[in-house]
Amino acid sequence: MATLDLGIDASVAEAPARKGRRTGLLFWMAIGWMMSVFAVAIFADMLPLPSPTDMDMLEKRAPFSAEHWLGTDGLGRDELARVIYGARISLIVGLCAPIIGLTLGGALGLVAGYFRGRFESVVVGTMDVLLAFPPLILALAVTAYLGQSILHLTFILGLLGVPAFMRVARAATLTLARREFVIAAQALGATHARILLRELLPNVMLPLFAFFLLAVAITIVAEGSLSFLGLGVPPPISSWGSMIGEGRESLEVAPRLAFIPAIAMFLTVLSFNLVGDTLRALTDPRQGAL
Amino acid sequence: MLTFIAQRLLYLVPVLIAVSLLTFLIASLLPGDLAYTILGDQATPEKVAALRHDMGLDQPIWIRYFGWLGGILQGDLGRSFRTGQTVLQAVTERLPISLELMLLAEITALAIGVPLAIICAARSGGPFDRFMTGSAFAMLSVPTFLSAILLIYLFAVELRWLPATGYVPFSEDPAKNLRFMVLPALTLALAEWPGIMRVLRSDMIATLQEDFIALAKAKGLKASRILFVHALKPSSLTLVTITGINIGRLIGGAVIVETVFALPGIGRLLVGAITTRDLIILQGVVLLVGAGFVLINFIVDLLYAMLDPRIRHGHA
Repeated sequence: MATLDLGIDASVAEAPARKGRRTGLLFWMAIGWMMSVFAVAIFADMLPLPSPTDMDMLEKRAPFSAEHWLGTDGLGRDELARVIYGARISLIVGLCAPIIGLTLGGALGLVAGYFRGRFESVVVGTMDVLLAFPPLILALAVTAYLGQSILHLTFILGLLGVPAFMRVARAATLTLARREFVIAAQALGATHARILLRELLPNVMLPLFAFFLLAVAITIVAEGSLSFLGLGVPPPISSWGSMIGEGRESLEVAPRLAFIPAIAMFLTVLSFNLVGDTLRALTDPRQGAL
Repeated sequence: MLTFIAQRLLYLVPVLIAVSLLTFLIASLLPGDLAYTILGDQATPEKVAALRHDMGLDQPIWIRYFGWLGGILQGDLGRSFRTGQTVLQAVTERLPISLELMLLAEITALAIGVPLAIICAARSGGPFDRFMTGSAFAMLSVPTFLSAILLIYLFAVELRWLPATGYVPFSEDPAKNLRFMVLPALTLALAEWPGIMRVLRSDMIATLQEDFIALAKAKGLKASRILFVHALKPSSLTLVTITGINIGRLIGGAVIVETVFALPGIGRLLVGAITTRDLIILQGVVLLVGAGFVLINFIVDLLYAMLDPRIRHGHA
């Protein structure tokens, strides 16, 4: 038995150290990539870029050049400008939709986890119904009726995120509500509002924020999928998903038209996943140990 | 076990009703008038009003809902006003294709994910484990439509081994059918195996620290026997639990894959219904997919209770 115990101890002791080392460089590279995508998306208008929607029929699928750094697409539009303006769409939808989910789902989960009882049953039941649909199907159905626009897309993807945020907030609240500092606050006669906002919220925010980053990655993929199918952002606005969809048509002659936005999207999604997962492991030691 | 099934069945009824209500509300409350969609923008108001009356669109919403629900219970989901096909016909025609795709994808994903998880768990922390854990994490960031494009580019455009799009029914030519299915199924499997591997690996690492594994080692059993026979079954519980979530993602992925590879399945029916604004088909497909998904989750719950007695006695 002694040898076996030793083996386990060694592997357990090793795991966090390796995790720390692994996250180190990659974590900061991910942060760096996120920052640069944010920067170019925010300052896209000020950058010396050609218009992302100006067509030039004489220069269709032009190769890389000094004038068009990443060449042009099937309609002669500057590829680099389209990727950068596409980053804007991905980030706007990718950040705003999870904020809707975070606010609504977080509030519902917090209140449901604190008060329990009938309110909790109603909230959990309602969310179960939302979860009863495969998310992409529901998103497709609603955008079909509402019509394609960035606002609608953000709204529906945001609503679809509510159940997941609710679950995270509720689970965190359930364990926190039984802790000493909450009981102490109750004993001191603090109001429910004060306990919820001053005692519970700051502690629930941490796991919620880690989940928020993962939700951004999921939302960027969802927006990309819908736009790829031609059911997301309406043309001529460029989005990574729609660019990949258009690039698919010319996969034989100019595969780069699909692969350039694909690489941008992959790196961005990977960065959000990496940072979100690292933060999740930090805020949830139980899962981080696995 | 019987009381557990009865409880779950009782829970199933309100969820299914809620699913039908939500589907109906999406179709009825959101802007877009069915009569205008059928007649076109040029229609005169009188014609629209007449059609609305014929279709019962001028009645209160709850009467329409119960009328619709009554029709569904009798197996009548309506008829496409574009093709004249009933929803049920359209779905039964296409369902086998989607099911074949998802089944092949899930088998492939398990064939990749399970052995990798076992090998990684057996040498957890080693170079192979770290490499595969990293790859699985990276793969989770590759959207389905991206891997579809990559696979098409690699196997259809560059190597020209497999067709990029097309479909032949299995009953007509099984070999050809499978050739068309390889890339779509592989695309879906690429999205599925990382989740399978990650969950099974971490459960397996926990199982391998149990006393009965130490006993098996002490008895001198072969490592492969311990891993595949003794450790695999107790480690697979979480895998069953997440099956429900996985199937939801699989259905979404199937929509994309069927569109990219031009497979005439349910997903393509749905996307087609959206682009042609065939609202009856859309409503019917969303309802059937939602109800099917609820039923699958119900079956997964039962399976889980059969595997783990703690669940059916209420100690989760």
